[in-house]
Amino acid sequence: MSAGADPSATNPVLVPPHTEVGAPIVRITALRKSFGDNEVLKGIDLDVMRGEVVAVIGKSGSGKSTLLRCINGLEAFQEGSLTVDGKPLLHESAQAMRELRQRVGMIFQSFNLFPHLSVGRNVMLAPRLVKKRRPDENEARARQLLDRVGLAEKFDAMPDQLSGGQQQRVAIARALAMDPAVLLCDEITSALDPELVGEVLRVVESLAEDGMTLLMVTHEMGFARKVADRVIFMHQGRVHESGPPDSIFGAPRTPELKQFLSSLHE
Amino acid sequence: MVEFTLWDILRNLLLAARWTVVLSLIAFAGGGAVGLVLLVLRLTGNRVADAAIGAYVQLFQGTPLLMQLFLLYFGIALFGVETSPWMAACVALILYASAYLTEIWRGCVAAVPRGQWEASASLALGFGQQLAHVVLPQALRIAVPPTVGFLVQVVKGTALASVIGFVELTKAGGMIANVTYEPLLVYGCVALIYFALCFPISLYAGSLERKLHVGRR
Repeated sequence: MSAGADPSATNPVLVPPHTEVGAPIVRITALRKSFGDNEVLKGIDLDVMRGEVVAVIGKSGSGKSTLLRCINGLEAFQEGSLTVDGKPLLHESAQAMRELRQRVGMIFQSFNLFPHLSVGRNVMLAPRLVKKRRPDENEARARQLLDRVGLAEKFDAMPDQLSGGQQQRVAIARALAMDPAVLLCDEITSALDPELVGEVLRVVESLAEDGMTLLMVTHEMGFARKVADRVIFMHQGRVHESGPPDSIFGAPRTPELKQFLSSLHE
Repeated sequence: MVEFTLWDILRNLLLAARWTVVLSLIAFAGGGAVGLVLLVLRLTGNRVADAAIGAYVQLFQGTPLLMQLFLLYFGIALFGVETSPWMAACVALILYASAYLTEIWRGCVAAVPRGQWEASASLALGFGQQLAHVVLPQALRIAVPPTVGFLVQVVKGTALASVIGFVELTKAGGMIANVTYEPLLVYGCVALIYFALCFPISLYAGSLERKLHVGRR
């Protein structure tokens, strides 16, 4: 593969995944998921290509967050199959789950930083425990990633000393420290004050530019339109409509999507 | 007739109080260790273990400590095992403390937000790593005040070991009252010694609570 076609290969901050450029890095086939009698995902087929940025939109309750949480095994699904960067998702095997989760990073709406650990330790914890990274190497990498999200000087700060936007950027650095092939972003700006949304989205956008594969559930339609390669509209547990952002936002075909988009402008 | 000075009484009570302290420490350390094992078993999500430990907790919370002491003291003997009041008191208090502590700590672990489990799982940490590095350190901060508070209950609970003949502070008080014919004075001293043991612990629990609340929102 040439360096020009693969931005992540030229950027030392991101580690390239196993999957080749242009090949699917997340494969979801006929996925069904129920909470008790309530079926939330009613057969999802979705391939996400390496380096692709996919935005998932839809009403609350449409199953978009559940879909994201299935991809790293936070939710168990009943039917279908799922692989990430070549690793199949097997709920019964703790070992397989840990391997898969090393390929997928997740950013949460509520940041979920570890409040008892400093920013640097938040970023270094998982690489130390799971990847057995050497301490000096681990710290250098953590500092590099914190610098990448614009928080180099916060290495020794505690999470509760940071603003929401800063905490979320630390969470991004923490996820990147595991060298994931894919980043899942679950409404990562929904808990932020409006003036802090931009700083987080700028980091996400720069990751997209560097070739990171991103799957994000978002309410920031402007951001989805600008950054996403593909937008997926979910409705009642199914992928109702999908396509490039211009056609999804500019020329919605189904009445449900039209109604959803017009409801945002009210 | 022998005369007893106040110092005689106090000296003997203080000597016996050592056993109250030792019994309390054993009950607390042993109960803490057993309680921690039960807590981890419960957190693994095994339904059978969860139900069994839940029943264990209910059993010890739902019966008087006095009955537990009697049952253990006489019950163990029934199986032909030689038992001393000392052994029986230790075992009963360890079981009693473990049941309460495991339940207190379960509440503290439940108070750690679910997002902490999810974030650490997403970072590929295993169950043991999640517990050791993420959940328990946070639960510990919440657990310190109620745990220290429970220590006071254990100290006072050791008084019941006197009924199976274990000579600690209360038992010694009874014996001394019988020979001095001054029950009010003797039991007054006994109560004061218990208070002197428990009050600093309560004070400490209170100050810990304030300290931990300042640090955390």
